[in-house]
Amino acid sequence: MSVLRPLDKQPGLNTATILLVGTEDALLQQLADAMLKEDCASELKIHLARSLPLPSDVNRPRIDLIMFVVNLHSKYSLQNVEESLRHVDATFFLGKVGFLAMGAGQESHCSIHRNTVTKLANTYRSPVFFCDLEESQVTRFFRGQAPAHTTDANRTRLSPWPVPDTCPPGP
Amino acid sequence: MDSYESAPQHIASSRLKDYFIGATPLQKRLESVRKQTSFVPTPPRRKIPQCSQLQEDNDPQKVAFLLHKQWTLYSLTPLYKFSYTNLKEYASLLSAFIAAEKQKGLAVEVGEDFNIKVTFSTLLGMKGTQRDPEAFLVQILSKSQLPSENREHKVLWTGWFCCIFGDSLLETVSEDFTCVPLFLANGAETNTAIVGTWFQKTFDCYFSPLAINAFNLSWMAAMWTACKMDQYMAATEFLWSVPCSPQSLDISYAIHPEDAKALWDSVHKTPGEVTQEEVDLFMDCLYSHFHRHFKIHLSATRLVRVSTSVASAHTDGKIKILCHKYLIGVLAYLTELAIFQID
Repeated sequence: MSVLRPLDKQPGLNTATILLVGTEDALLQQLADAMLKEDCASELKIHLARSLPLPSDVNRPRIDLIMFVVNLHSKYSLQNVEESLRHVDATFFLGKVGFLAMGAGQESHCSIHRNTVTKLANTYRSPVFFCDLEESQVTRFFRGQAPAHTTDANRTRLSPWPVPDTCPPGP
Repeated sequence: MDSYESAPQHIASSRLKDYFIGATPLQKRLESVRKQTSFVPTPPRRKIPQCSQLQEDNDPQKVAFLLHKQWTLYSLTPLYKFSYTNLKEYASLLSAFIAAEKQKGLAVEVGEDFNIKVTFSTLLGMKGTQRDPEAFLVQILSKSQLPSENREHKVLWTGWFCCIFGDSLLETVSEDFTCVPLFLANGAETNTAIVGTWFQKTFDCYFSPLAINAFNLSWMAAMWTACKMDQYMAATEFLWSVPCSPQSLDISYAIHPEDAKALWDSVHKTPGEVTQEEVDLFMDCLYSHFHRHFKIHLSATRLVRVSTSVASAHTDGKIKILCHKYLIGVLAYLTELAIFQID
């Protein structure tokens, strides 16, 4: 109940659901708004959560991708993400989890070293993306160390399972 | 670097391996830049500042004027064709330059005495190893107008250049360059700007302000608390800035220095060294104590100032050193930050 599993529900028809987990509500909201404005082949739903586990009494669709958002200016956000990672089933880390590290551009404000997040992402075999939000647009994106097969952050669909509909295949 | 990893010929790959075993730090750095890894991962451990042997040689009286003053920090790229034998010449050139700038009206201060004197001198003993270049001091003094016997020269501005344990930088530069990556200035901003411009023009170098981020401030807090002191002169104080609108709030937290040392001793394991885990644990203890009483997560705020009996540092790149014994240790860490910024 309290652990998120990737396959415990049926996939939605022509929908993709992304869960963003992070303590910075404003950042998550901005990121979600920016993502929803992008063109997506299927219907995109974004859930925001401060931390895991998610409340079990709510009926929600199957989650296709979890992005953990860490703010490099706040040690608290890293501690929160580390706590939340415990509530995710191991099979989720087979390509359905990613880390977003924000605030690397302002080196003088950083409380966490970039390598700490990179090491965390490597431990969980998941990609890490370093980015900054400016105004209401995601302006700069550059990838941290990541395995070659993962997809680019601009694409919101990520599903290793064939979706039973007429969607065009991913990039 | 996929091409190296999948090199089909055994001979070629072994030759490449040899190349990297004997690689200089510069070559290793270029290699890691190409691989897009960060060259200097935060060292998992650093030495606690101790009294270095070279420091024993330097006279406490001579360096006393460096203590208890607020210095603004800059990082400086290596100086081209700088010579310690030409210090008098540099002093007169700089003095002429300052006079010219002041006459241009760029740095006019009402009532300022335009008769100034510039001195360059070396600071003996301000180095970590024998390889480090000598530290040197630049001072702008005002010449008194009165033709009296005892002409008091008032110090208007002081700046000094040093390099403490700068091996990683020294290895990468050629003979023509003098590496003094850390520059500390005290006095009017306008004078700092003029001196900086002269140095940049004369020695083809570049100054940039050295900011200290929260991550490094917490390392400083841990290392300075770890220093053994006979007598504590000041409380251990932290200042956090809470990001909120419209105006940011500041939270100040002061601890009795002996309590801070006791906390550090309970966290500390390896003698003589400080590790990342110990620093994190030390700060987490302070955060959780604060949270228990005030229900505020200090870890979500930004550390801007750390003040201990050894030294105090502000995130804008301002430092005040209070203890003669650990002067070299404090400067060593700052040199490391300066070198990191230059890279």
